[in-house]
Amino acid sequence: MAKDELKSGYKLIGTRPNRPDGLDKVTGRARYGADFSLPGMLHAAVVRSPHAHARIKNIDVSKALALDGVKAVVTRADLPTGLSGEDLNLQDNTLAGDRVLYDGHAVAAVAATSALLAKDAARLIAVEYEILPHVTDVDAAMAPGAPVIREGVADYSVPEGMHPNVARYMAFGHGDLEAGLAAADIVREHTYKTEATHQGYIEPHACVGQMGEDGRGEMWVCTQGHWYIRRMCAAVLGIEAANLRVTPSEIGGGFGGKTTIFIEPLALALSKKAGGRPVKLVMTRSEVLRATGPTASASMDVKLGMKRDGTITAGQVFFRMQGGAFVGMSPIGEALPCAFACYDIPALKHEAVEVIANRPKAAAYRAPGSPMAAFAVESLVDEMCRELGLDPIEVRLKNGAKNGSRSSYGPDYTVIGLQETLEAAKAHPNYKVPLGPNQGRGVASGFWFNHGGETSVSLAVGEDGTATVSIGTPDIGGSRASIGLMVAEFLGIPYENVRVSVVETGALGVNEPTHGSRATFASGKAAVEAARQAVAEMCRRAAADWGIDPDAVEWKDGAAHPAGPNAGKFPPMSIGEIGAKMGSTGGPISGHHEVTAEGVGASFGTHVVDVEVDPETGRTTVLRYLVVQDAGTAIHPAYVEGQYQGGAVQGIGWALNEEYVYGADGRLQNPVFLDYRVPVASDLPMIDTVIVEVPNPGHPYGVRGVGETGITPPLPAIAAAVAGATGARIRSLPLSPPKVLAAIKAAKG
Amino acid sequence: MTKIHVTTTVNGDPAEFLADPRETLLDALRDQLGLTGTKEGCGTGDCGACSVIVDGVLVCSCLMLAAEAEGKTVETIEGMAGEELHPLQRQFIEHAALQCGFCTPGILVAAKALLERNPDPTDTEIRYWLAGNLCRCTGYDKIIRAVQDAAAEMRGAA
Amino acid sequence: MAKVHLWSSLRRFADGQEVVEVEAATVGQALDALVKAHPGLEPAVKAGVSVAVDGEVIANNRAAAVAPDSEVYLLQRLKGG
Repeated sequence: MAKDELKSGYKLIGTRPNRPDGLDKVTGRARYGADFSLPGMLHAAVVRSPHAHARIKNIDVSKALALDGVKAVVTRADLPTGLSGEDLNLQDNTLAGDRVLYDGHAVAAVAATSALLAKDAARLIAVEYEILPHVTDVDAAMAPGAPVIREGVADYSVPEGMHPNVARYMAFGHGDLEAGLAAADIVREHTYKTEATHQGYIEPHACVGQMGEDGRGEMWVCTQGHWYIRRMCAAVLGIEAANLRVTPSEIGGGFGGKTTIFIEPLALALSKKAGGRPVKLVMTRSEVLRATGPTASASMDVKLGMKRDGTITAGQVFFRMQGGAFVGMSPIGEALPCAFACYDIPALKHEAVEVIANRPKAAAYRAPGSPMAAFAVESLVDEMCRELGLDPIEVRLKNGAKNGSRSSYGPDYTVIGLQETLEAAKAHPNYKVPLGPNQGRGVASGFWFNHGGETSVSLAVGEDGTATVSIGTPDIGGSRASIGLMVAEFLGIPYENVRVSVVETGALGVNEPTHGSRATFASGKAAVEAARQAVAEMCRRAAADWGIDPDAVEWKDGAAHPAGPNAGKFPPMSIGEIGAKMGSTGGPISGHHEVTAEGVGASFGTHVVDVEVDPETGRTTVLRYLVVQDAGTAIHPAYVEGQYQGGAVQGIGWALNEEYVYGADGRLQNPVFLDYRVPVASDLPMIDTVIVEVPNPGHPYGVRGVGETGITPPLPAIAAAVAGATGARIRSLPLSPPKVLAAIKAAKG
Repeated sequence: MTKIHVTTTVNGDPAEFLADPRETLLDALRDQLGLTGTKEGCGTGDCGACSVIVDGVLVCSCLMLAAEAEGKTVETIEGMAGEELHPLQRQFIEHAALQCGFCTPGILVAAKALLERNPDPTDTEIRYWLAGNLCRCTGYDKIIRAVQDAAAEMRGAA
Repeated sequence: MAKVHLWSSLRRFADGQEVVEVEAATVGQALDALVKAHPGLEPAVKAGVSVAVDGEVIANNRAAAVAPDSEVYLLQRLKGG
């Protein structure tokens, strides 16, 4: 592994200790969203629209309220009016106003003394609908004659003459596109489509909310970001943020889907109506699939010019994406800058439109927009490599972005590791395994910007010289372990002497969620700065004791030392000694750091996959899979590998199985895991990983976020491998067996 | 609706509760007995997060009615460790075979049921046995390795 | 004067210009000057933009320095899943 070649000099960073939450999680003690209960707690259920688009003519809640044990019902009439922008979107999605906009749209909620009773009561709420025409496909939604879902959705950016369902438009580029295309030996142009997929976290959304008639409340919830929950609930319910205290539970996966609200305001509103009794609300799996954030579906035109030696001379994309019935939810703003981010191409033109459709309000999903963009661009690069008989890694090395390259979306890359991932992939044994009949190999690269974001962390030194660290980014994939490692490294104390906790909204300044691959980067960076502050204070305490200048004290190996012979001759004063007497040397010792973290380093990756396609059935089997990605510095390599493997497998699912299937009636046809088929253990081989480490100069230990990039290359890599195995190029995902079989038959003529 | 008096044994201890006739074993374990280690991921028997062992048989507790547990012996994740962790539990921590950890209880219970039948499974046998337990975080790689090493340890081969 | 580069779909709100010159010592001043010179850009700037100053991405910091000869590129506000 590349890691072992580095002479880092770190004592703890790069090791693989047990995670602090491991014991609770293997014994069933860890408490997730639905595992929390309070005395007097009620249970809630939600009434959802069976129609893709309809006007609500009447809601009759009288029968439900008449049921013994039913304590409260809420409809839109119970929520405040006068909201605008994204706050209004959130409120419209929490409970429909005069119209339902997708199958599964919430219409009412009811709280009762048991979960079964709440479900019975929900069935007694009678909603009268007038069905309206609907559209669910991205291309159909902007075709002439498509039903207008909502009037006036277009923002400032949309040029005249587009369909009223088009909500946003974006364009940028550089260089002379026509000259670039003219300089090419071949110019190819195709359209690619990806279906919507769901984040598929195994834990359904769950919360317990309590709010009194004074508008003060508390919430326990599984979320990626409890300050977002606080802000959004406050906006939707018209209360003050300070009056809502939100405590995050352990979180059973999020992948972007738990960065927003769905059911949380309902629990609070029901609680208030029920006299302040706490209300638990847990989604069913079908509710999760029908009504929480899937990703966008996309239809993408790509045009590329290439010389015979593989030089890419120009590129052009036009993306169409739908992110549901609400504006601003499709990731066009991310997909476009990701499209050519792996390349240094002299002439590029990017355009995209967002269109609304009768589908659920999309949420972020791991590198939002990047997997679709990669499927389109990397697929066409691969097609042209095959046409010209060129090695796909060599072509990427030749055209790939390097240190100092001007990125496709504007800024210059400073220190990036794309070339290193390509070289490592080329050198890996997987790239040399001979292929058999019906087997094919695919290569693709991927990119994610990474994100810094608003971050607040505090640290306190204990009386015994241990340290507690309070962070605001919920830990999903082991970030408490990685942050603990960084703090222990900085303080010079054992990893076991640092305890990192995710704390509630009252305990820190505002934190953005665990999103954008930022937790280990940003909370880690702030934790190191908080530790630096505590170290400075500990050096002052030692200096005062020794009667020397604080500047004459230095910190190493967990203790204050006189900085040199001139500072005086004192034995080192350990963190334990300083902690033990801090009450008499000035009081508690702590550190804190608040920042909007800048200095993220982008993470590039390159994947190599071999597949075998059964020519009789069209079923694709993944034979071997390699992920190579730049981690900057792998703080806890096992959890870095885990991100690579998990991201790759989500991408494999997107490529081969997963899709939202809507019927002609606009209803989701597959809202259960049996039919929305995520990869299972027997579908997969081991996922080989290589951690490349090109340290990020913007982080004290060189960290780059690693969470998201891994989901982007699998889509095009697998499509390329299937093309290699079958001779059939399929330009729409997923590569389901019937689709592959039909393509094989068509290719044979 | 009249409730049903259920007498059962859970993790070796006698347990009694009154079950709604529609109540699943999963809900009874979680809501009546406070054993929230068993998780609900789907409620339709597709994800395996609610795996428990009933009279020696691995079942999805979301597909079994609580009343059906009458007179039976139920084992859940909470009963897996004795004074020390079960080798599977320890290997899962050491292999980083969990990220969010939500599927982990069900996978551990299912893997234990496998190793009781087959102490030396191949990778393929583990993968097919665990095909009913969805994990969205790990890509299964480290889970398979952890089960293999736990099996080896339990055989005394480690 | 710092040069602010607009992404192409913004140019129609700035009389078709690709580059707008502004007097600014910080990112915040540059964005304010941009909106003052071309009010049509306000919705885009209000919706949230990141910038690259001389190649370096500034995701969200109005206080970041801008030099008199800086090249500033407007970017979509970046976040993630």
